[in-house]
Amino acid sequence: MSYVPLSYLDLLLAAALLIANGAISWAFRLGLEKSIAVAAVRMVIQLALIGIVLKLIFAQTSPIWTAGFAMVMVAAATLEIAGRLNGQLPVWPLMGLSGGALLFVGTFVTIFGVGFVIAPSPWYGARYILPILGMVLGNTMTAVALVLDSLSETARRERGAIEARLALGAPRFEALSGPLRSALRTGMMPMLNAMATTGIVALPGMMTGQIIAGADPIGAAKYQVLIMFLIAGATALASLLAAVGGVMLLTDNRHRLRLMSREGS
Amino acid sequence: MLRVERLQAGRLRPLTFEVADGECLAVEGPSGAGKTLLLRAIADLDPAPGQVFVDGVEREELAPPEWRRLVRYCAAEPAWWTDTPRGGMPPKASAEKLNRLLVSLDLDASVLDRPIAVLSTGERQRLALVRALLDEPRVLLLDEPTGALDPQSTALVEELIRFQMLAGRSVVLVSHNSAQVKRLADARLVLTSPANGAEASAP
Repeated sequence: MSYVPLSYLDLLLAAALLIANGAISWAFRLGLEKSIAVAAVRMVIQLALIGIVLKLIFAQTSPIWTAGFAMVMVAAATLEIAGRLNGQLPVWPLMGLSGGALLFVGTFVTIFGVGFVIAPSPWYGARYILPILGMVLGNTMTAVALVLDSLSETARRERGAIEARLALGAPRFEALSGPLRSALRTGMMPMLNAMATTGIVALPGMMTGQIIAGADPIGAAKYQVLIMFLIAGATALASLLAAVGGVMLLTDNRHRLRLMSREGS
Repeated sequence: MLRVERLQAGRLRPLTFEVADGECLAVEGPSGAGKTLLLRAIADLDPAPGQVFVDGVEREELAPPEWRRLVRYCAAEPAWWTDTPRGGMPPKASAEKLNRLLVSLDLDASVLDRPIAVLSTGERQRLALVRALLDEPRVLLLDEPTGALDPQSTALVEELIRFQMLAGRSVVLVSHNSAQVKRLADARLVLTSPANGAEASAP
Protein backbone atom coordinates (compact mmCIF):
# COMPACT_ATOMS: atom_id res chain seq x y z
CA MET A 1 0.00 0.00 0.00
CA SER A 2 1.33 3.43 -0.87
CA TYR A 3 0.09 6.97 -0.99
CA VAL A 4 1.51 10.42 -1.71
CA PRO A 5 2.85 11.78 1.58
CA LEU A 6 1.97 15.39 2.42
CA SER A 7 4.67 17.95 3.12
CA TYR A 8 4.19 20.78 5.60
CA LEU A 9 4.13 23.20 2.66
CA ASP A 10 1.12 21.28 1.28
CA LEU A 11 -0.75 21.85 4.56
CA LEU A 12 0.09 25.54 4.52
CA LEU A 13 -1.32 25.72 1.02
CA ALA A 14 -4.60 24.11 2.21
CA ALA A 15 -4.73 26.45 5.18
CA ALA A 16 -5.03 29.33 2.71
CA LEU A 17 -8.68 28.25 2.26
CA LEU A 18 -9.36 29.55 5.77
CA ILE A 19 -8.97 33.03 4.30
CA ALA A 20 -12.47 32.51 2.90
CA ASN A 21 -13.83 31.90 6.44
CA GLY A 22 -12.08 34.99 7.74
CA ALA A 23 -13.23 37.14 4.82
CA ILE A 24 -16.89 36.12 5.26
CA SER A 25 -16.74 36.81 8.97
CA TRP A 26 -15.17 40.21 8.31
CA ALA A 27 -17.49 41.21 5.45
CA PHE A 28 -20.68 40.32 7.34
CA ARG A 29 -19.29 41.47 10.69
CA LEU A 30 -19.92 38.07 12.26
CA GLY A 31 -17.15 38.61 14.82
CA LEU A 32 -15.91 35.06 14.25
CA GLU A 33 -12.31 35.87 13.24
CA LYS A 34 -10.90 34.97 16.62
CA SER A 35 -12.97 31.78 16.93
CA ILE A 36 -11.87 30.68 13.46
CA ALA A 37 -8.21 31.22 14.31
CA VAL A 38 -8.52 29.46 17.69
CA ALA A 39 -10.44 26.52 16.20
CA ALA A 40 -7.92 26.08 13.36
CA VAL A 41 -4.92 26.21 15.68
CA ARG A 42 -6.63 23.82 18.15
CA MET A 43 -7.37 21.39 15.34
CA VAL A 44 -3.77 21.41 14.10
CA ILE A 45 -2.30 20.97 17.59
CA GLN A 46 -4.79 18.22 18.55
CA LEU A 47 -4.24 16.25 15.37
CA ALA A 48 -0.46 16.65 15.55
CA LEU A 49 -0.47 15.44 19.14
CA ILE A 50 -2.74 12.50 18.37
CA GLY A 51 -0.44 11.54 15.50
CA ILE A 52 2.56 11.51 17.81
CA VAL A 53 0.72 9.69 20.62
CA LEU A 54 -0.75 7.04 18.31
CA LYS A 55 2.67 6.44 16.79
CA LEU A 56 4.04 5.82 20.29
CA ILE A 57 1.15 3.57 21.29
CA PHE A 58 1.25 1.58 18.03
CA ALA A 59 4.91 0.85 18.78
CA GLN A 60 3.96 -0.76 22.14
CA THR A 61 1.25 -3.33 21.20
CA SER A 62 0.39 -3.42 24.89
CA PRO A 63 -3.18 -3.86 26.14
CA ILE A 64 -2.45 -1.45 28.98
CA TRP A 65 -1.47 1.38 26.65
CA THR A 66 -4.47 0.71 24.44
CA ALA A 67 -6.87 0.66 27.39
CA GLY A 68 -5.29 3.77 28.89
CA PHE A 69 -5.73 5.74 25.71
CA ALA A 70 -9.28 4.42 25.33
CA MET A 71 -10.06 5.80 28.80
CA VAL A 72 -8.71 9.20 27.79
CA MET A 73 -11.04 9.16 24.75
CA VAL A 74 -14.06 8.25 26.90
CA ALA A 75 -13.18 11.01 29.38
CA ALA A 76 -12.85 13.59 26.60
CA ALA A 77 -16.21 12.57 25.12
CA THR A 78 -17.82 12.79 28.58
CA LEU A 79 -16.50 16.32 29.10
CA GLU A 80 -17.79 17.27 25.66
CA ILE A 81 -21.32 16.07 26.55
CA ALA A 82 -21.21 17.89 29.88
CA GLY A 83 -20.20 21.07 28.05
CA ARG A 84 -22.99 20.77 25.50
CA LEU A 85 -25.66 20.20 28.16
CA ASN A 86 -24.44 22.89 30.50
CA GLY A 87 -27.19 23.93 32.91
CA GLN A 88 -29.85 21.43 31.85
CA LEU A 89 -28.95 18.62 34.24
CA PRO A 90 -26.91 18.48 37.46
CA VAL A 91 -23.32 18.30 36.27
CA TRP A 92 -21.81 15.41 38.30
CA PRO A 93 -24.67 12.94 37.85
CA LEU A 94 -24.73 13.96 34.17
CA MET A 95 -21.01 13.15 33.81
CA GLY A 96 -21.50 9.86 35.66
CA LEU A 97 -24.39 8.86 33.42
CA SER A 98 -22.81 9.84 30.11
CA GLY A 99 -19.36 8.56 31.05
CA GLY A 100 -20.87 5.27 32.19
CA ALA A 101 -22.96 4.90 29.02
CA LEU A 102 -20.01 5.70 26.75
CA LEU A 103 -17.67 3.39 28.63
CA PHE A 104 -20.10 0.48 28.64
CA VAL A 105 -21.26 0.83 25.05
CA GLY A 106 -17.80 1.72 23.69
CA THR A 107 -16.20 -1.27 25.39
CA PHE A 108 -18.95 -3.68 24.46
CA VAL A 109 -19.27 -2.70 20.80
CA THR A 110 -15.53 -2.30 20.18
CA ILE A 111 -14.65 -5.65 21.74
CA PHE A 112 -17.49 -7.25 19.81
CA GLY A 113 -16.36 -5.66 16.53
CA VAL A 114 -12.60 -6.06 16.90
CA GLY A 115 -12.35 -9.11 19.14
CA PHE A 116 -15.00 -11.29 17.49
CA VAL A 117 -15.71 -9.94 14.01
CA ILE A 118 -12.36 -8.61 12.72
CA ALA A 119 -10.29 -10.75 15.14
CA PRO A 120 -6.79 -9.44 14.35
CA SER A 121 -3.82 -10.91 16.17
CA PRO A 122 -3.30 -9.78 18.84
CA TRP A 123 -6.88 -8.48 19.14
CA TYR A 124 -5.92 -5.80 21.70
CA GLY A 125 -3.51 -4.08 19.32
CA ALA A 126 -4.11 -0.35 19.20
CA ARG A 127 -4.24 -0.23 15.39
CA TYR A 128 -7.76 -1.66 15.18
CA ILE A 129 -9.15 -0.93 18.64
CA LEU A 130 -8.49 2.81 18.85
CA PRO A 131 -9.76 3.95 15.40
CA ILE A 132 -12.92 1.87 15.77
CA LEU A 133 -13.49 3.00 19.34
CA GLY A 134 -13.00 6.57 18.13
CA MET A 135 -15.66 6.25 15.46
CA VAL A 136 -18.05 4.50 17.86
CA LEU A 137 -17.46 7.09 20.60
CA GLY A 138 -17.83 10.06 18.27
CA ASN A 139 -21.28 8.88 17.22
CA THR A 140 -22.49 7.66 20.62
CA MET A 141 -21.34 10.94 22.15
CA THR A 142 -23.61 12.83 19.77
CA ALA A 143 -26.46 10.38 20.42
CA VAL A 144 -26.16 10.69 24.21
CA ALA A 145 -26.04 14.49 24.02
CA LEU A 146 -29.06 14.59 21.68
CA VAL A 147 -31.07 12.21 23.88
CA LEU A 148 -30.40 14.10 27.10
CA ASP A 149 -30.98 17.48 25.48
CA SER A 150 -34.25 16.35 23.93
CA LEU A 151 -35.39 14.69 27.16
CA SER A 152 -34.80 17.70 29.37
CA GLU A 153 -36.20 20.16 26.81
CA THR A 154 -39.37 18.13 26.27
CA ALA A 155 -39.79 17.63 30.01
CA ARG A 156 -39.50 21.38 30.50
CA ARG A 157 -42.02 22.11 27.76
CA GLU A 158 -44.49 19.45 28.89
CA ARG A 159 -44.01 19.97 32.60
CA GLY A 160 -47.72 20.53 33.23
CA ALA A 161 -48.75 17.31 31.51
CA ILE A 162 -46.02 15.28 33.23
CA GLU A 163 -47.01 16.56 36.65
CA ALA A 164 -50.68 15.96 35.88
CA ARG A 165 -49.84 12.31 35.20
CA LEU A 166 -47.72 12.08 38.35
CA ALA A 167 -50.56 13.63 40.36
CA LEU A 168 -52.94 11.00 38.98
CA GLY A 169 -50.65 8.27 40.31
CA ALA A 170 -48.41 7.46 37.35
CA PRO A 171 -44.87 6.27 38.18
CA ARG A 172 -42.07 8.39 36.73
CA PHE A 173 -41.39 6.28 33.63
CA GLU A 174 -45.07 6.32 32.72
CA ALA A 175 -45.41 10.07 33.34
CA LEU A 176 -42.32 10.74 31.21
CA SER A 177 -43.09 8.19 28.49
CA GLY A 178 -43.73 10.93 25.90
CA PRO A 179 -40.40 12.74 26.39
CA LEU A 180 -38.63 9.36 26.66
CA ARG A 181 -39.92 8.18 23.31
CA SER A 182 -39.12 11.40 21.48
CA ALA A 183 -35.63 11.46 23.03
CA LEU A 184 -34.94 7.88 21.84
CA ARG A 185 -36.14 8.81 18.37
CA THR A 186 -33.91 11.90 18.34
CA GLY A 187 -30.90 9.87 19.43
CA MET A 188 -31.31 7.10 16.85
CA MET A 189 -32.37 9.24 13.87
CA PRO A 190 -28.96 10.61 12.74
CA MET A 191 -27.51 7.13 12.33
CA LEU A 192 -30.57 5.88 10.44
CA ASN A 193 -30.28 8.85 8.09
CA ALA A 194 -26.55 8.27 7.71
CA MET A 195 -27.08 4.59 6.82
CA ALA A 196 -29.66 5.54 4.22
CA THR A 197 -27.54 8.15 2.42
CA THR A 198 -23.99 6.93 2.94
CA GLY A 199 -22.15 6.20 -0.29
CA ILE A 200 -24.56 8.31 -2.33
CA VAL A 201 -24.33 11.77 -0.84
CA ALA A 202 -21.13 11.37 1.13
CA LEU A 203 -18.26 8.94 1.06
CA PRO A 204 -17.49 8.05 4.66
CA GLY A 205 -14.18 9.21 6.09
CA MET A 206 -12.82 5.80 6.99
CA MET A 207 -13.55 4.35 3.55
CA THR A 208 -11.96 7.29 1.72
CA GLY A 209 -9.00 7.01 4.08
CA GLN A 210 -8.49 3.37 3.25
CA ILE A 211 -8.88 4.01 -0.46
CA ILE A 212 -6.32 6.83 -0.44
CA ALA A 213 -4.00 4.60 1.57
CA GLY A 214 -4.17 2.15 -1.33
CA ALA A 215 -6.76 -0.38 -0.15
CA ASP A 216 -9.09 -2.19 -2.52
CA PRO A 217 -12.36 -0.18 -2.71
CA ILE A 218 -14.46 -3.35 -2.18
CA GLY A 219 -12.45 -4.19 0.92
CA ALA A 220 -12.81 -0.59 2.12
CA ALA A 221 -16.57 -0.75 1.55
CA LYS A 222 -16.78 -3.95 3.60
CA TYR A 223 -15.01 -2.27 6.49
CA GLN A 224 -17.37 0.68 6.19
CA VAL A 225 -20.41 -1.61 6.34
CA LEU A 226 -19.02 -3.24 9.48
CA ILE A 227 -18.35 0.09 11.15
CA MET A 228 -21.83 1.39 10.24
CA PHE A 229 -23.45 -1.63 11.91
CA LEU A 230 -21.25 -1.19 14.96
CA ILE A 231 -22.17 2.50 15.19
CA ALA A 232 -25.87 1.77 14.68
CA GLY A 233 -25.87 -0.74 17.53
CA ALA A 234 -23.79 1.52 19.74
CA THR A 235 -25.99 4.60 19.25
CA ALA A 236 -29.14 2.58 19.94
CA LEU A 237 -27.72 1.09 23.15
CA ALA A 238 -26.27 4.39 24.33
CA SER A 239 -29.54 6.21 23.54
CA LEU A 240 -31.46 3.73 25.68
CA LEU A 241 -29.04 4.03 28.60
CA ALA A 242 -29.03 7.83 28.35
CA ALA A 243 -32.83 8.04 28.13
CA VAL A 244 -33.45 5.75 31.09
CA GLY A 245 -30.72 7.43 33.13
CA GLY A 246 -31.99 10.84 32.06
CA VAL A 247 -35.48 10.09 33.40
CA MET A 248 -33.85 9.13 36.71
CA LEU A 249 -31.89 12.42 36.72
CA LEU A 250 -35.00 14.48 35.97
CA THR A 251 -36.94 12.89 38.83
CA ASP A 252 -36.17 12.02 42.42
CA ASN A 253 -36.81 8.87 44.42
CA ARG A 254 -40.30 10.17 45.35
CA HIS A 255 -41.15 10.35 41.61
CA ARG A 256 -41.13 14.15 41.59
CA LEU A 257 -40.12 16.14 38.52
CA ARG A 258 -36.92 18.05 39.32
CA LEU A 259 -36.09 20.53 36.56
CA MET A 260 -33.09 22.79 36.89
CA SER A 261 -33.78 26.47 36.45
CA ARG A 262 -32.18 27.97 33.36
CA GLU A 263 -30.09 30.40 35.40
CA GLY A 264 -26.38 29.75 35.66
CA SER A 265 -26.04 28.24 32.21
CA MET B 1 -58.63 12.04 57.55
CA LEU B 2 -55.77 14.29 56.46
CA ARG B 3 -53.26 15.42 59.08
CA VAL B 4 -50.44 17.84 58.27
CA GLU B 5 -47.65 18.28 60.81
CA ARG B 6 -45.03 21.00 60.57
CA LEU B 7 -45.10 20.81 56.80
CA GLN B 8 -42.82 23.38 55.23
CA ALA B 9 -43.87 24.08 51.65
CA GLY B 10 -41.54 26.39 49.76
CA ARG B 11 -40.78 29.47 51.84
CA LEU B 12 -43.90 29.05 53.99
CA ARG B 13 -43.64 28.69 57.75
CA PRO B 14 -44.20 25.11 58.95
CA LEU B 15 -47.95 24.41 59.01
CA THR B 16 -49.93 22.03 61.20
CA PHE B 17 -53.61 21.28 60.62
CA GLU B 18 -56.18 18.51 60.23
CA VAL B 19 -59.04 17.95 57.84
CA ALA B 20 -61.48 15.34 59.09
CA ASP B 21 -63.40 12.94 56.86
CA GLY B 22 -66.17 14.78 55.08
CA GLU B 23 -64.76 18.18 55.91
CA CYS B 24 -63.49 20.98 53.71
CA LEU B 25 -60.61 23.29 54.61
CA ALA B 26 -60.38 26.46 52.54
CA VAL B 27 -56.91 27.87 51.92
CA GLU B 28 -56.97 31.59 51.27
CA GLY B 29 -54.45 34.32 50.75
CA PRO B 30 -53.18 36.74 48.11
CA SER B 31 -51.53 35.53 44.91
CA GLY B 32 -48.01 34.35 45.61
CA ALA B 33 -48.77 33.48 49.23
CA GLY B 34 -47.98 29.82 48.52
CA LYS B 35 -51.43 28.22 48.31
CA THR B 36 -50.51 26.07 45.32
CA LEU B 37 -47.14 25.19 46.88
CA LEU B 38 -48.97 23.91 49.96
CA LEU B 39 -51.25 21.64 47.87
CA ARG B 40 -48.27 20.37 45.84
CA ALA B 41 -46.35 19.59 49.02
CA ILE B 42 -49.28 17.61 50.44
CA ALA B 43 -49.47 15.62 47.18
CA ASP B 44 -45.69 15.04 47.47
CA LEU B 45 -45.04 16.74 44.13
CA ASP B 46 -42.38 18.99 45.71
CA PRO B 47 -39.93 18.03 48.45
CA ALA B 48 -41.14 19.52 51.75
CA PRO B 49 -39.88 18.82 55.27
CA GLY B 50 -42.54 17.80 57.78
CA GLN B 51 -45.13 15.07 57.84
CA VAL B 52 -48.42 14.39 56.10
CA PHE B 53 -50.71 11.55 57.17
CA VAL B 54 -53.78 10.09 55.54
CA ASP B 55 -55.68 7.79 57.90
CA GLY B 56 -52.52 7.57 59.99
CA VAL B 57 -50.19 6.62 57.13
CA GLU B 58 -47.32 9.00 56.38
CA ARG B 59 -46.22 9.96 52.82
CA GLU B 60 -42.91 8.16 53.03
CA GLU B 61 -44.56 4.88 54.04
CA LEU B 62 -46.22 4.55 50.65
CA ALA B 63 -44.78 4.39 47.15
CA PRO B 64 -45.31 7.80 45.51
CA PRO B 65 -47.87 6.56 42.94
CA GLU B 66 -49.92 4.96 45.74
CA TRP B 67 -49.77 8.15 47.82
CA ARG B 68 -50.99 10.24 44.90
CA ARG B 69 -53.83 7.83 44.26
CA LEU B 70 -54.98 8.54 47.82
CA VAL B 71 -54.17 12.24 47.83
CA ARG B 72 -55.32 13.75 44.57
CA TYR B 73 -54.02 17.15 43.47
CA CYS B 74 -56.09 18.87 40.84
CA ALA B 75 -54.19 21.80 39.26
CA ALA B 76 -55.78 25.18 38.52
CA GLU B 77 -54.84 24.83 34.86
CA PRO B 78 -55.25 21.16 33.99
CA ALA B 79 -52.83 19.76 31.42
CA TRP B 80 -53.48 16.90 29.01
CA TRP B 81 -51.04 14.61 27.26
CA THR B 82 -53.35 12.90 24.78
CA ASP B 83 -55.34 14.16 21.80
CA THR B 84 -58.73 13.54 23.37
CA PRO B 85 -59.90 13.54 27.00
CA ARG B 86 -60.68 9.81 26.84
CA GLY B 87 -56.98 8.94 26.62
CA GLY B 88 -56.34 10.89 29.81
CA MET B 89 -58.93 9.00 31.86
CA PRO B 90 -57.68 6.15 34.06
CA PRO B 91 -57.81 3.04 31.84
CA LYS B 92 -59.51 0.89 34.48
CA ALA B 93 -62.25 3.40 35.23
CA SER B 94 -65.77 1.99 35.06
CA ALA B 95 -67.82 3.41 32.20
CA GLU B 96 -70.82 3.78 34.46
CA LYS B 97 -68.98 5.93 37.00
CA LEU B 98 -67.46 8.00 34.21
CA ASN B 99 -70.88 8.69 32.75
CA ARG B 100 -72.34 9.57 36.14
CA LEU B 101 -69.58 12.12 36.75
CA LEU B 102 -69.97 13.61 33.28
CA VAL B 103 -73.72 13.98 33.73
CA SER B 104 -73.29 15.56 37.15
CA LEU B 105 -71.15 18.29 35.57
CA ASP B 106 -73.48 18.74 32.59
CA LEU B 107 -71.00 17.28 30.11
CA ASP B 108 -72.10 15.17 27.15
CA ALA B 109 -70.28 11.84 26.72
CA SER B 110 -69.31 12.89 23.17
CA VAL B 111 -66.93 15.46 24.67
CA LEU B 112 -64.57 12.58 25.55
CA ASP B 113 -63.68 12.01 21.92
CA ARG B 114 -63.29 15.58 20.77
CA PRO B 115 -59.78 17.02 20.35
CA ILE B 116 -58.57 18.73 23.55
CA ALA B 117 -57.59 21.73 21.44
CA VAL B 118 -61.21 22.55 20.51
CA LEU B 119 -62.63 22.21 24.04
CA SER B 120 -63.38 25.35 26.04
CA THR B 121 -61.36 26.19 29.14
CA GLY B 122 -64.42 25.43 31.27
CA GLU B 123 -64.95 22.03 29.65
CA ARG B 124 -61.30 21.15 30.22
CA GLN B 125 -61.49 22.17 33.85
CA ARG B 126 -64.63 20.08 34.47
CA LEU B 127 -63.09 17.10 32.63
CA ALA B 128 -59.99 17.39 34.81
CA LEU B 129 -62.22 17.14 37.87
CA VAL B 130 -63.89 14.04 36.42
CA ARG B 131 -60.44 12.56 35.75
CA ALA B 132 -59.35 13.31 39.32
CA LEU B 133 -62.42 11.73 40.95
CA LEU B 134 -62.72 8.54 38.89
CA ASP B 135 -60.49 6.32 41.04
CA GLU B 136 -61.98 7.64 44.30
CA PRO B 137 -59.08 9.22 46.18
CA ARG B 138 -59.33 9.76 49.97
CA VAL B 139 -58.26 13.41 49.92
CA LEU B 140 -58.98 16.04 47.29
CA LEU B 141 -56.63 18.99 46.85
CA LEU B 142 -58.53 21.36 44.59
CA ASP B 143 -56.72 24.41 43.24
CA GLU B 144 -59.30 26.95 42.02
CA PRO B 145 -61.66 24.24 40.73
CA THR B 146 -64.18 26.81 39.46
CA GLY B 147 -61.70 29.44 38.29
CA ALA B 148 -62.67 29.13 34.64
CA LEU B 149 -66.38 28.35 35.07
CA ASP B 150 -69.63 30.28 34.61
CA PRO B 151 -72.05 30.51 37.60
CA GLN B 152 -74.11 27.55 36.39
CA SER B 153 -71.13 25.18 36.10
CA THR B 154 -69.71 26.56 39.34
CA ALA B 155 -72.89 25.50 41.12
CA LEU B 156 -72.64 22.01 39.63
CA VAL B 157 -68.98 21.68 40.69
CA GLU B 158 -69.80 22.84 44.22
CA GLU B 159 -72.60 20.28 44.35
CA LEU B 160 -70.15 17.58 43.27
CA ILE B 161 -67.60 18.68 45.92
CA ARG B 162 -70.32 18.56 48.57
CA PHE B 163 -71.24 15.06 47.39
CA GLN B 164 -67.57 14.00 47.69
CA MET B 165 -67.58 15.31 51.28
CA LEU B 166 -70.74 13.33 52.03
CA ALA B 167 -68.91 10.27 50.74
CA GLY B 168 -66.33 10.86 53.49
CA ARG B 169 -63.54 12.51 51.51
CA SER B 170 -61.43 15.29 53.00
CA VAL B 171 -61.18 18.36 50.79
CA VAL B 172 -58.57 21.12 50.76
CA LEU B 173 -59.89 23.93 48.60
CA VAL B 174 -57.91 26.87 47.25
CA SER B 175 -60.35 29.56 46.19
CA HIS B 176 -60.39 33.30 45.66
CA ASN B 177 -64.18 33.26 45.83
CA SER B 178 -65.10 34.10 49.44
CA ALA B 179 -68.78 33.32 48.85
CA GLN B 180 -67.78 29.86 47.67
CA VAL B 181 -65.58 29.41 50.73
CA LYS B 182 -68.56 30.30 52.95
CA ARG B 183 -70.75 27.81 51.09
CA LEU B 184 -68.30 24.87 51.24
CA ALA B 185 -65.67 25.24 53.93
CA ASP B 186 -65.81 24.01 57.52
CA ALA B 187 -62.57 25.81 58.37
CA ARG B 188 -60.25 28.36 56.79
CA LEU B 189 -56.49 28.65 56.59
CA VAL B 190 -55.27 32.10 55.63
CA LEU B 191 -51.78 32.33 54.20
CA THR B 192 -50.29 35.77 54.39
CA SER B 193 -46.88 36.64 52.99
CA PRO B 194 -44.35 33.85 53.65
CA ALA B 195 -42.55 35.95 56.28
CA ASN B 196 -45.66 36.19 58.44
CA GLY B 197 -46.62 32.54 58.15
CA ALA B 198 -50.22 31.43 58.30
CA GLU B 199 -53.18 31.98 60.55
CA ALA B 200 -55.87 29.39 60.91
CA SER B 201 -59.33 30.48 61.90
CA ALA B 202 -62.82 29.14 62.08
CA PRO B 203 -65.36 30.67 59.67
